Amino acid sequence: MNIVVCINHVPDTETKVKVGSDGKSIDQAGVNYMLNPYDEFAIEAALQLKEKHGGQTLVVSLGGDAHKETLRKALAMGIEKAVLLKDTSVRDSFSIAKALAEELRAISPDCILFGKQSIDYYDEQIPGLVAEFLGMPSVSVVVKLDVKDGTVMCEREIEGGHEIVETRLPAVISAQKGLNEPRYPSLKGIMAAKTKPIEERQPAIVPPFVEVIGMNKPPGKQPGKIVGTDKSAVPELIRLLHEEAKVI
Amino acid sequence: MTKFKGVDYYNTESLLSEEEILVRDTVRDFVDDNILPIIEKHNRAGTFPMDLVPKMAELGMFGSTLPAKYGCAEMNNVAYGLVMQELERGDSGVRSFASVQSALVMYPIYSFGSEEQKDLWLPKLATGEKIGCFGLTEPDYGSNPGGMITRAEEKGDCYVLNGAKMWITNGTIADVAIVWAKLNGVVHGFLVEKGTRGFTAPEMKGKHSLRASVTSELIFQDCMIPKANMFLKTDGLKAPLMCLNQARYGIAWGGIGSAMACYDSALNYAKSRIQFGKPIASFQMTQEKLVYMVTEITKAQLLCLQLGRLKDQGKLRYQQVSMAKRNNVAIALDIARIAREILGANGILDEYPVMRHSANLESVKTYEGTHEMHTLIIGEDITGIPAYV
Ligand SMILES: Cc1cc2nc3c(=O)[nH]c(=O)nc-3n(C[C@H](O)[C@H](O)[C@H](O)COP(=O)(O)OP(=O)(O)OC[C@H]3O[C@@H](n4cnc5c(N)ncnc54)[C@H](O)[C@@H]3O)c2cc1C
Repeated sequence: MNIVVCINHVPDTETKVKVGSDGKSIDQAGVNYMLNPYDEFAIEAALQLKEKHGGQTLVVSLGGDAHKETLRKALAMGIEKAVLLKDTSVRDSFSIAKALAEELRAISPDCILFGKQSIDYYDEQIPGLVAEFLGMPSVSVVVKLDVKDGTVMCEREIEGGHEIVETRLPAVISAQKGLNEPRYPSLKGIMAAKTKPIEERQPAIVPPFVEVIGMNKPPGKQPGKIVGTDKSAVPELIRLLHEEAKVI
Repeated sequence: MTKFKGVDYYNTESLLSEEEILVRDTVRDFVDDNILPIIEKHNRAGTFPMDLVPKMAELGMFGSTLPAKYGCAEMNNVAYGLVMQELERGDSGVRSFASVQSALVMYPIYSFGSEEQKDLWLPKLATGEKIGCFGLTEPDYGSNPGGMITRAEEKGDCYVLNGAKMWITNGTIADVAIVWAKLNGVVHGFLVEKGTRGFTAPEMKGKHSLRASVTSELIFQDCMIPKANMFLKTDGLKAPLMCLNQARYGIAWGGIGSAMACYDSALNYAKSRIQFGKPIASFQMTQEKLVYMVTEITKAQLLCLQLGRLKDQGKLRYQQVSMAKRNNVAIALDIARIAREILGANGILDEYPVMRHSANLESVKTYEGTHEMHTLIIGEDITGIPAYV
């Protein structure tokens, strides 16, 4: 089986994001980046599929040179090859998905895996768009995955339960937390990753449809208010929760 | 609890390669997920967490600088040091297990063993299928191992071992012991397998320190081992000292790990503990303590990093390892004690890691050459005058 995982390089979950001086992008100073956490489930799924069915695994990422660090982590986990679609232009989800789809069409994989979303901009569009561009079935938010004779059985999370779906390869699958327990890159894997190639390619240029015109931080929290310290304060507290905070 | 992010006041991260950073971060995550949640329980019970062994092996933490053909990661020494640092942030006992397996068992087999010995043992030690220990210290000979009593005598196609070793990490759980004994008055290394007649390894109990590590006696009573089990390339005390030098190198890094754990705990506590209406971190005396800690950690990091680069270039002198071991363990112990002060009464609880680190570091300061012996090694180096006797 020929498996491709598309991965992203995103700010560390503990980053305190600041809006940059242009007012529409984040300030890069002091921001640490990491492999998008949902993509780790996709990488693990790819490795397990390969271990079970044989085949090749490849990771693809679109972005600047910094994405190599994340590609290298995937290689250290056991993926065999990496492609960097080198590009630092401003793109929306559509233009990223279109460029990925062009690349993937040429590779013609049996299975394309994504994390269910990137934790940076929360667009949640790319897996679906890529599937659409390639004319492939798409199953999202997958927590269980099984492939047999070209048939894909997936369990996906839905409100209040799980849905079991079936489709055929080639397909686009997006991984949700719970799909598996991603392995640590082994020390041997990390050393081996040094010698695995990261191929750089020029992605298709696709102008974005959507432009970011501003970015704002949510308003800071208002200071708390002490209404009283014994039970005589309860009626006033109820009144405030009802009339001012409007939560009860 | 927020995730541990490391202590890096001087941006030493910029001196590490991408692989070295990934190695460190991987082991850091491993420690958070697998060691911290269980270590207090084992420390209390006085048991070594055996189920960590296959997990550590799978990551490649045993013999990680040795060649890939034995199933090892073939990393450089800085990456190896970072592994030791992160493991010791978890617990000195767990780090001790990895140190012994790597530096005191796999390293001597690799350096002094025959091809058959290497092929037989190294792959199994790398996967953790087999565990090893290193027996040098004796009840009556610690800092002065040259006086050892344990003896080997030739008898037909065997050697017969008689004597006793003490304070041997992993002894009871080991499948193979590297034992140092005198043959015709000269120190040699021998491989003794578990279950060999005349060899027993009872565990030593009642430790207040390194409780999550097994420490044992090794007793040899007319213990016959095949001649092929002697290292042919060992001849005198230099060989075991070379092993100790490997282990001390890792311990120097390990000290940074314990120190970082204690500093991190103390800093967080000081910022949130309120007395006299203010966080205790706002008092000058507390700040002085925290500043001392972060300064010493930073110095220790730079010491180790340069030590590791020298080792990777093959330019390391053993006296330089002594300096790093001596300094880093001493400051780690100081930092652990000061962290305990900052935590006040809470500092004595096992809800916080500081008292465990502090107790562990008492052993670490003594083993692998006591603080004083390293002073004498450096003293001799700079004055040209040995002061051991
Ligand atoms: C938990 C633990 C695990 C251990 N694991 C191992 C192991 O796996 N394998 C192994 O072989 N050993 C092991 N050891 C033993 C350790 O290496 C010895 O304890 C150490 O070398 C010191 O020996 P000693 O305890 O006999 O102290 P001693 O040598 O009796 O020293 C006592 C004190 O006297 C000081 N002293 C001695 N000589 C001098 C001198 N000339 N000048 C100034 N001061 C001096 C020492 O510095 C020390 O403070 C372990 C020890 C511990 C505590």
